[in-house]
Amino acid sequence: MKEIMQGNAAIARGAWEAGVKVAAAYPGTPSSEILKDVADNYPEIYAEWSPNEMVAVQVASGAAIAGARAMASMKHVGMNVASDALMTLAYTGIKGGLMIVVADDPNVHSSQNEQDSRNWARFGKVPMLEPGDAQECYEFAKASFDISEKFDTPVLLRTVTRIAHADSLVQTGKRVESKMPLGLDPKEATKYVMVPANVRPRRKIIEERMRKLEAFADKTKLNKMEINNKSVGIIASGAAYMYAKEVFPEYSFLKLGMVWPLPKKMIADFFKQVKKVMIIEELDPFFETEIRAMGYKVFHGKDIIPNMYELSPEIVEQAIKGKAYKAPKIRVKPEDLPRRPPNLCAGCSHRPLFYALKKLGAFVFGDIGCYTLAVAPPISALHTTICMGAGGGMVHGAMKAMGKEALGKMVAVLGDSTFLHSGIAPLMNAGYNKGNSTTIVLDNRITSMTGHQEHAGTGFTVRGEPANQVDYAEIGKAVGIKNIRYIDPYNIKETMEIVKEEINRDEASLILCKDSPCMLLRRAKPLEKFKTPLFAINMDKCRGCKMCLEINCPAISWREAAGQTKDGQKRKGTVYINPDQCVGCEVCVQVCKFDAIEPAKK
Amino acid sequence: MKKDEKTTNIFLSGVGGQGAILASNILGEVFIRAGYDVKKAEVHGMAQRGGDVTTHFRFGKKVYSPIIKYGDVDYLLSFELLEALRYVNWVKPDGKIVINTQEILPPSVSLGQMEYPKGVEATFKKYFKENVHVIDGLGIAKELGNLQAQNVVLVGAFSNFFPKIKEAYFIDAIKKLLAPKLHDLNIKAFQAGKQAL
Repeated sequence: MKEIMQGNAAIARGAWEAGVKVAAAYPGTPSSEILKDVADNYPEIYAEWSPNEMVAVQVASGAAIAGARAMASMKHVGMNVASDALMTLAYTGIKGGLMIVVADDPNVHSSQNEQDSRNWARFGKVPMLEPGDAQECYEFAKASFDISEKFDTPVLLRTVTRIAHADSLVQTGKRVESKMPLGLDPKEATKYVMVPANVRPRRKIIEERMRKLEAFADKTKLNKMEINNKSVGIIASGAAYMYAKEVFPEYSFLKLGMVWPLPKKMIADFFKQVKKVMIIEELDPFFETEIRAMGYKVFHGKDIIPNMYELSPEIVEQAIKGKAYKAPKIRVKPEDLPRRPPNLCAGCSHRPLFYALKKLGAFVFGDIGCYTLAVAPPISALHTTICMGAGGGMVHGAMKAMGKEALGKMVAVLGDSTFLHSGIAPLMNAGYNKGNSTTIVLDNRITSMTGHQEHAGTGFTVRGEPANQVDYAEIGKAVGIKNIRYIDPYNIKETMEIVKEEINRDEASLILCKDSPCMLLRRAKPLEKFKTPLFAINMDKCRGCKMCLEINCPAISWREAAGQTKDGQKRKGTVYINPDQCVGCEVCVQVCKFDAIEPAKK
Repeated sequence: MKKDEKTTNIFLSGVGGQGAILASNILGEVFIRAGYDVKKAEVHGMAQRGGDVTTHFRFGKKVYSPIIKYGDVDYLLSFELLEALRYVNWVKPDGKIVINTQEILPPSVSLGQMEYPKGVEATFKKYFKENVHVIDGLGIAKELGNLQAQNVVLVGAFSNFFPKIKEAYFIDAIKKLLAPKLHDLNIKAFQAGKQAL
């Protein structure tokens, strides 16, 4: 039967049918649903959230070397973290099939940069497949394992947001167990121990393998030639193929399902069959650079197709038609409308913490998670976001550069999941290299931004089974941090005092947020700690000073209406607390200077 | 291209938490049952944090692009007034529109820096005349005793555009996608929405 499936779910399904035994991942948009889907639907597969993408690839490759089919999945920036493993696994090869899924995010819907992961395939000398819809996600995932075992190599499967997060029909089948026996063979050490004497012969094997894969690329049905109107031929893959096919269905196409290595004979044949060739690809001129280097004359490529952000049917149409493209009529200028950026939830523990940091005037080395939203005005209290775990390393460097001058002026913040991903080593560094930085772990008991994935600090596995729970304070102690403090971020005054003390201390400190779970994490009962369920504005007292708007709570809004307080203070308007959204966190109460925010009844 | 081979484009827009994604999932199940190829793409990375949510929904004999070409929307189903207006340029001149009357203030409006747009309904009527249908989904859901059912009310209203699609497909889809204890409420919500337009 045909089912409607998200691209990510189709990848999980394909992997399951291919007989996968082990799946590991670290969450990251737009890849997170793959492992969740495996855990929820396919009990035959061992599934885990690993602390980071490198560990996920280590786990999957260990399973593969033991003969099992295995997979790791991650977003594009996760591939950077995992790349150290990938680059050498290309040398050793695998035994059971190994698929590494990497999900790109053109147009940075939810990422810190825009990378074209096809470059990893060329750089790492490994094959890469790129599906264009859910049916292909399913088929290509299955094909990955066959290619992996046939050519003894890890296989990369690349998606983009518009494929990973798009749903379409999939014709599914049955699971077939792998026939490969499980086990390890100590005699294979020359294949798996990459010391120079073993690396050199393996290096040669890689080149031989690439030649075999090139020959395979010319034969595989993953690559398809569709000869229609021969005046124009388009070479494309994945989402870009779908956009081009949508607007120019009459043209001929060479659709590349295997994007590395390229099918040289097929490309030669395509150039013979059609008059002019255009290459339409999202992000980098990856095919174009290679195809031009093969000596072909490309009619159009990146001279008209943008090399940044994502493509769309209209971008492709406009690029090719040029002046003949008729843009739709503008009825309302969208730039004149109020934007609707994401915001921290009502009651979120990050809100009072960042308000406190702002009041302290601290430069905040940030990280990646919901708390990155603290960069937005009016909170505006986060000043760097580079990569997972960066803040702790950066604050140490800045303080070493500025010396004693830096004391009291800066701090690093990162979430619990981010800390476990990449935050421990920078903390160890501060402990070891006589640092005086302060790191705050915003522990909200879950990986929030990507949609509530478990991690080593939550006490549960991906399947909800009880598990060991990391003790952040013990980690701090073990890596040489003498000053470990706890804060209740909902108490702004006390939080400011403790943070101020630690950032002024000429020693490294670790501050942990206690009892401040994510507002959306039901099992932690986040609302129970709030004594009053709702607050309201006392109109007799509100002076309309707008101080409480500074915390950017979604429950609080401004209402313009001239008036005055009971004691005759004139005001231009008042604030309003939406009772459907207020959870009673009392943050606004602490910010109000006129005691105008009072308990109310739901 | 024959008329029945043409792909139909539905654009759904709303705010995180309004249930627009469930609505598009229902449409997915419905049009598959009706024998069409279906593709839908949503951007929901930060929807839980109060951001806007959009879904591109396409059905036809064979659908290629997962996203709708700008200006090619046949049907706009919007859950919120501002989020309707934001996509007014996407709709074809003869496109049909269902707008829910709910207003959810974005931060710049809450902070008093910008005004919530006025006359959204009038703007749409100016361009699309009788093809604009306004519905108080929240009010209808309130009468049914559950605000959460607003999304299915809107699906019910929207179903009027597709008289050839069997109502049973919608009911099947609701039953497939929702927990059994929610079936009665949502079937009622669907019917109420259908009658409201």
